[in-house]
Amino acid sequence: METLMQTITQYGSGLFGAAWPSLWLVVWTLLKIIVLVVPVLTCVAYLTYFERKVIGYMHSRIGPNRVGPWGLFQPLADAGKAIFKEVITPSRANRKLYFIAPTLALAPAIAVWAVVPFGENLVVANIDASLLYILAIGSMSVYGLILAGWSSNSKYAFLGSMRAAAQVVSYEIAMGFALVVVLMVSGSLNLTDIVHAQQKGMGVDWGLNFLSWNWLPLLPLFVVFFISGIAETNRAPFDVAEGESEIVAGFHLEYSGMAFAIFFLAEYTEMILVSALTSLMFLGGWSSPVAFLPDGIWWLVAKICGLLFLFLWFRASFPRYRYDHIMRLGWKVFIPLTVFWLLLVGVWMLSPLNIWK
Amino acid sequence: MNFTDFVFFVLAAILIIAALRVITARNPVHAVLNLILALFSAGGIWILLEAEFLAMVLVMVYIGAVMVLFLFVVMMLDIDQDRLRQGFWRYLPLGVVMGFIIVLELGLVLSNRYFLEMPVAPAPDISNTRLLGALLASEYVYPFELAAVVLLVALVGAVVLTFRGRKNGHHGDPAAQIRVRAADRLRIVQMPVEKDEPAEPQKEEQGAC
Repeated sequence: METLMQTITQYGSGLFGAAWPSLWLVVWTLLKIIVLVVPVLTCVAYLTYFERKVIGYMHSRIGPNRVGPWGLFQPLADAGKAIFKEVITPSRANRKLYFIAPTLALAPAIAVWAVVPFGENLVVANIDASLLYILAIGSMSVYGLILAGWSSNSKYAFLGSMRAAAQVVSYEIAMGFALVVVLMVSGSLNLTDIVHAQQKGMGVDWGLNFLSWNWLPLLPLFVVFFISGIAETNRAPFDVAEGESEIVAGFHLEYSGMAFAIFFLAEYTEMILVSALTSLMFLGGWSSPVAFLPDGIWWLVAKICGLLFLFLWFRASFPRYRYDHIMRLGWKVFIPLTVFWLLLVGVWMLSPLNIWK
Repeated sequence: MNFTDFVFFVLAAILIIAALRVITARNPVHAVLNLILALFSAGGIWILLEAEFLAMVLVMVYIGAVMVLFLFVVMMLDIDQDRLRQGFWRYLPLGVVMGFIIVLELGLVLSNRYFLEMPVAPAPDISNTRLLGALLASEYVYPFELAAVVLLVALVGAVVLTFRGRKNGHHGDPAAQIRVRAADRLRIVQMPVEKDEPAEPQKEEQGAC
C-alpha cells in the first residue's frame, strides 16, 4: 500500500512537476477525495438496505426481498425512483434557500471525512487539529435543517427545524466535553495520534489490546458520546425533529424527489461518521483487539459495522423520546456527567495512579 | 503568484462580497447567512496564516453556536421591512461619521509598525495549538481566568434578567415520570382465553331461570 502510493506520487509529480508543481497537489487531493467519497456513499446506500433488513427481522418481517437476489438492488431502485421524481417547491417558499438547504446538510457531513484516518497514513488530510476540525465542520450541518424548515414556509417544517436546532446545539456540548477528555488522555488533537495512544498500556503488555482502549477507563464518556452522536444525527429514539405523530415529517416535510433523498444521504453519512469517530476515539480504531492478530483497516470496518448495528437496534427497540425529556437528558444528565468526569480524569492524570503516561 | 496567494485572493473576494451583502441584503435571514459565509472565509484566511486552532475555534464558536442562535431569533421575528427602512436618511449622517471613525482607527492600528513587521516564520514541527495552550496556561493565566469569570457573570446575568418566574403551565417532573413503574398503574389480570365448553350451557340455563 505504502509503496503503491509512493509510486503514484512520483509518477504524478513527474507528469505535472515541470509545468506547475501545485497542480499535481490539487489532482492528487481530488483523487484521494474520490477514492474516499465513492465508498462512503456506497456504504450509505447499503446502510439503508441493512437498516430495513435488520429492523424487518426485529419486527418478524422479511424486509426488502423483491429487487435482485435477497433484495440487494433495492438501494439502486430507490435512488432511481428519487432521481426521476418531480421536486416540488411550495408556492411561497424562498426558492434559493429551499434548494441550498439540502446541499448545506450534505456538504459538512462529507467534508468531515477528510480527516478520518482508516489506517496508518490512510487519510486524506493528516492535520494537527483534526478533532477540532470535526467539531467545527460537524457543527455546521445544523444549518441545512434550519434553512430547510424556514425556507419551505410551512409551520410543521419550521417547528421541526427549531427542534432539530435546539437538539443539535445541546448535545454538541456533551459531545465536546467527551472529546476534551479523550484529547486530555491522548495528549493530541490528531486522530492518528489518538489511536496510537490507545495502542500502549497495561492491556497491551498482557496481549489483550482491547483492555487499553479508551472505552474501559472512559466508559461513561464512551456511552455519552455515542448517545449524543445518535441525538446529533436526529436518529430514533431522538428523532423529534421529524416526529411523524406530531409534526408530520418535520423539517423535510415539503421536500420531494432527490432533494428529499439528499437529507437522508446526509443523515446516513453522519451515522457512519459518528460510528467511525466512536471507533477511532474509544475502540482503538484500526488496532486489533488481541496481540496475535495483525492491525488493519478491516478492524475499523468491523467496529463501524457493529456500532451501526447498535443504531438500528435502538431504532427498532425504543419509543421516541418526548421533547422535554431530550432536553433534560442533554442538559441535566449528560453535561454534568461529562464535566464531572473531566475533573475526575484530570485528578486521575495528576495522581500517581495515572495510566496514560 | 503561487497557489496560496490564489487561495487568499479567492477567500478575500468572497469575504468582501459576503460582508457587503450582509448590509445590503433586504431579507434579514439572507443577511445572517452572508455573515456566516463571511466568517467562514475569514476562518479560511486564518488557516492560510497557519493559525489553524483559531480558525477552527472561529468556525466552531461563531458559526456553530452564535450564528445558529442569531438565525433562530431572526427567523422567529416578525420584521416589518418598511418600518425598518424608515429612519434611513435621518440616521445616515451619524452612520457616515461612525464609519469614518472606524476606518480611521483601523488605519491607525494597521499602519503601526508592530503590525507591518512580518511575523517570524513558524517552525515546521511546533504545533500552533500546543503553543497557544501553553501560553494561556502560563503567561496569560490570570487574564484567561478573568475572561472566563466575566463570561460566567454575563451568562448568569442573562438568565436573571430574562427569567420571570415559573409560569403555571403543565410542568411535570421528568425524573419522576421516568421512574414510573408499570406495576403502579396497571394491574395485569389472568383470564382464561376460552371458557370450559360443558360448563357453559348449564350457566345459561341457570340464567334463564
